[in-house]
Amino acid sequence: MTQWSGYFGLILQGALVTIELTLMGSVLALIMAFLAGLGRLSRFFAIRALATTYIEFFRGTSIFVQLFWAYFVLPFVGISLTPLQAGVLALGLNVGAYAAEVVRGAIQSIGREQYEACTAVNLGRWQAMRHVILPQALLVMLPTFGNNAIELLKATAVVSLISLTDLTFQAQVVRSQTGNTLVPFTTILVIYFGLALIISWGVRSLERRMARGLDGVRV
Amino acid sequence: MEWDWNFVWEIMPTLIEGVKITILATLLGSVLAAMVGLAIALARRSPNKGLSRSVGFLAEFIRGTPLLVQLYFIFYVLPDIGILLPPLVAGVIGLGLHYGTYTAEVYRAGIDNVPRGQWEAAKACNLNARQTWTHIIMPQAIPPMIPALANYFIAMFKETPLLSAITVLELMNQAKSVANTYYRYVEPMTLVGAFFLAISLFSVVLLRWLERRYGRIEK
Repeated sequence: MTQWSGYFGLILQGALVTIELTLMGSVLALIMAFLAGLGRLSRFFAIRALATTYIEFFRGTSIFVQLFWAYFVLPFVGISLTPLQAGVLALGLNVGAYAAEVVRGAIQSIGREQYEACTAVNLGRWQAMRHVILPQALLVMLPTFGNNAIELLKATAVVSLISLTDLTFQAQVVRSQTGNTLVPFTTILVIYFGLALIISWGVRSLERRMARGLDGVRV
Repeated sequence: MEWDWNFVWEIMPTLIEGVKITILATLLGSVLAAMVGLAIALARRSPNKGLSRSVGFLAEFIRGTPLLVQLYFIFYVLPDIGILLPPLVAGVIGLGLHYGTYTAEVYRAGIDNVPRGQWEAAKACNLNARQTWTHIIMPQAIPPMIPALANYFIAMFKETPLLSAITVLELMNQAKSVANTYYRYVEPMTLVGAFFLAISLFSVVLLRWLERRYGRIEK
């Protein structure tokens, strides 16, 4: 009879690592998304080109390749990353590139009349962005950001392959120690799904809160 | 660490072997995903509440959990109940199932986008269900789906490195094995990245073309 309680503790530890990775990766992704998304709308060609290169590069190669590159190739050029650092870096930069397009699309979806109104009340470019455009665009971005966060959560499973002890890694440990495959893999599938539900629920309630008082303003 | 062109040429044949498997897996996975997606989309439209709800939940579950864990599940758990699959078959099934839940949404949106009037007109002309689908609904629903479907097939292509985790000898696995043999990571990993980048930049061009060709129904 297998002692499941001990193994379950192992899986819970893995869940904590997965959650930690998801949170840190999301923060980095959010920063990169706004930097690159606003960068693509910049007045300066150099900034636009830089942002486009970043986005195309990270969307064009898979997260798995980027992770391995960060973990195995960067040490040869003198940058040694721990598995956690490599994981957060690859996840954040990858998902950030996808989310950057969301930021750009949302900002562009705001009507011309809003920009004209900003000019009319003599707001500077930055003021217009900060006080008028972004507050409206944020609401458009939110649902897609939720999907991006779930994609990031799912992508964290890949870090188990560079020996980071996340859920998937721990399930493999349990599998190799007990020989049982059904229980560990089913458990972590359910945990991943639960986490994904929490994210989508959280984003939905955030959306409701931000949309409060905007009925009638937005069509 | 110097970039060594001789080494690049030396490992090229091995990597090309991997590329073949990568492309094969993507093609087979795409075909399966297209069929699974259609099956899910149709099942979700079924008047049988039990069927549509359970298929809906299952699709939601598969979409909310990582592909890597699903691959492990297919590769490690199924043999316990007597289904022993070769790695490539397990990988193709994993890819097809996972992306099938995404393509199902594409089909659903495509079918929902056909205006109600078309259904009613078909009924008014006394067409039966099969005729309505093949002559009225499908010809209008399918063209706008094509770019979105292609998008998911490209996404699937970028996920194929995950198959290396279940011992499929595709590009990533070949690169890892040459890297481990010679203890040189820079060239193989960079080449894998470059290969994926090249294909996806090419596919962006293809997608733009598909969007122009099929993206909008004539207004």
